[in-house]
Amino acid sequence: MKRLPFEKPLSELLDKIEQLKTLSQTEGIDLTSEIAKIEERADAVRRDLYANLTPIDVVQIARHPNRPDAISLATLMLTDWTELHGDRQFADDPSIIGGLGLMGSHRVMLIGHQKGHDTKENIYRNFGMPHPEGYRKALRLMQLADRFNIPIVTLIDTPGAYPGLAAEERGQAEAIARNLKEMAGFRVPIISVVIGEGGSGGALGIGVGNRLLMLQYAVYSVISPEGCASILFRDAKKADIAAKALRITASDIYSLGVCHGILPEPLGGAHHHWQETASTIQSACITELNRYQSWSSDAIIEERFQHFRKLGPFIENNEPANMPTFC
Amino acid sequence: MSIVDWFAKKEKTNATSTKLNIPGDVWIKCPSCGEILFQKDLESNAKVCPKCQHHFRLSAFERIELLADPTSFVEVDSSISPIDFLTFSDTEPYQARIHKSQSKSLSKDAVITGSATIQGIPVQLAVMDFGFMGGSMGAVVGEKITRTIERGVATQNPVIVVASSGGARMQEGIMSLMQMAKTSVALQQLARVKVPYISIMSDPTTGGTSASFATLGDINLVEPGALVSFAGPRVIEQTIRQKLPKGAQRAEFLLHHGMVDRVVHRKELPTTIAKLLRVLMIPTGGAHETTPL
Repeated sequence: MKRLPFEKPLSELLDKIEQLKTLSQTEGIDLTSEIAKIEERADAVRRDLYANLTPIDVVQIARHPNRPDAISLATLMLTDWTELHGDRQFADDPSIIGGLGLMGSHRVMLIGHQKGHDTKENIYRNFGMPHPEGYRKALRLMQLADRFNIPIVTLIDTPGAYPGLAAEERGQAEAIARNLKEMAGFRVPIISVVIGEGGSGGALGIGVGNRLLMLQYAVYSVISPEGCASILFRDAKKADIAAKALRITASDIYSLGVCHGILPEPLGGAHHHWQETASTIQSACITELNRYQSWSSDAIIEERFQHFRKLGPFIENNEPANMPTFC
Repeated sequence: MSIVDWFAKKEKTNATSTKLNIPGDVWIKCPSCGEILFQKDLESNAKVCPKCQHHFRLSAFERIELLADPTSFVEVDSSISPIDFLTFSDTEPYQARIHKSQSKSLSKDAVITGSATIQGIPVQLAVMDFGFMGGSMGAVVGEKITRTIERGVATQNPVIVVASSGGARMQEGIMSLMQMAKTSVALQQLARVKVPYISIMSDPTTGGTSASFATLGDINLVEPGALVSFAGPRVIEQTIRQKLPKGAQRAEFLLHHGMVDRVVHRKELPTTIAKLLRVLMIPTGGAHETTPL
């Protein structure tokens, strides 16, 4: 498993453990107690590292190649999961997936950005960067869900919508904008979960929900730290400073009032334990979906509207308005 | 280099260079055709180059003057001002950028809103100002545009938004992104009460603005030559190393790809808007049953 730059102190210990394991196998020596001792130390180091993460460390965890992807989570969380394809207009975009299934006793339409875990998969999934047809597939499936009164769960994990000529020709901006407006009007509850990278408009394009949850080491940002660094700080190497300034971690997004809850990840990040991560997301979504069981469609629409309506602090007649609690 | 090449090169440099050492604000060079224009002539021609019809950028108040009937515009929400709630600082603190932009501007942020009439039709109007921090959308722009849409819902007046923006205001972090959702959610409410919304895209309309209210018009109009895109040409070149063909993402490209209803010359905008609204706002049952607007 890929080790992240900030895990260097841990990395040395893990290497040592592996060396000892090989040694004990090839030489037939019993090193169990030595290995256990180092493993204990590794755990302590890991706990320490993960208790003192900087925002750019969190970005690395959010982008870890082994982080659980939308399809795997759908398979782990849903029974009767059936993936559905295509926008019925142009193509099927593999970087957004969707389908029907049961989450506990709830029928759901699950939509998510889909990344790959290796180069081949990532090329097929376009690194989780959708074209307009991806957003239009998502819209078609959400409209289907709305028609059959099926709640919508969206899993957000994208560096951003794809910036390219073909995407522009087919109306990337319009495809995202339409989703924002249409999601606002659905009569069914929408639960969105940022499972990895929440990359700007490309993330929001399936993120206008009643509730927004974030995995502990997920991030959500208006621009990538690297992009912000090169534009505002005039130095792409200042991504760590930009990551901090933009306030993109789950706890920041929560204290800004943009997300409603943080879902804890296993020690060392979600990529160490997909099943546990899936269970966490599943039980959080079920709790949310239970809330809406007796809600009218008007109340569901109104709640979504009110959430976004109050986001955005400003000063009016010398009085601050919409200020988040932490400021 | 032959003499022919030399002339060709000289002409090319002349046509593309916008800087010329001529004093102050008297003369201006058209960045499109290279014509030297008398500033006053340009202003009396709606800031459109009389030779090649290049549309120069307008400030919000210049735009309102061209769009609204004389003295009909009544500004609202003018006291709303941005706040640096993240204490954001890049090469310069956000607070300092706000002060600098406000001192150079007649407004407190990148949008002016209010009510007006266009050829006698009452409308709710929001006009963005590229001159204020690149027309970037933060909480103030989002709030004022949302209120404009809400006044459309309350008064049943059609809503007109003129976009001119580089996108979201990064200094406000995730909150700038949320303004895309906020304005689009408001447009859902406007659509429900069947009040028309006309979006006018001027140069440039990119990023978070194009991916929210600007492309959501019941009617989308765009000024000739305006750059309208999700990702601007530089972003595309830097991220995926793709060089865009000439004219890509310009108004005519958008029309060709079906993204806008019409490319409309600046001087034709009031008439076009009025014609559309007159037809859109005739109640069902036919023209004969209605009183003139």
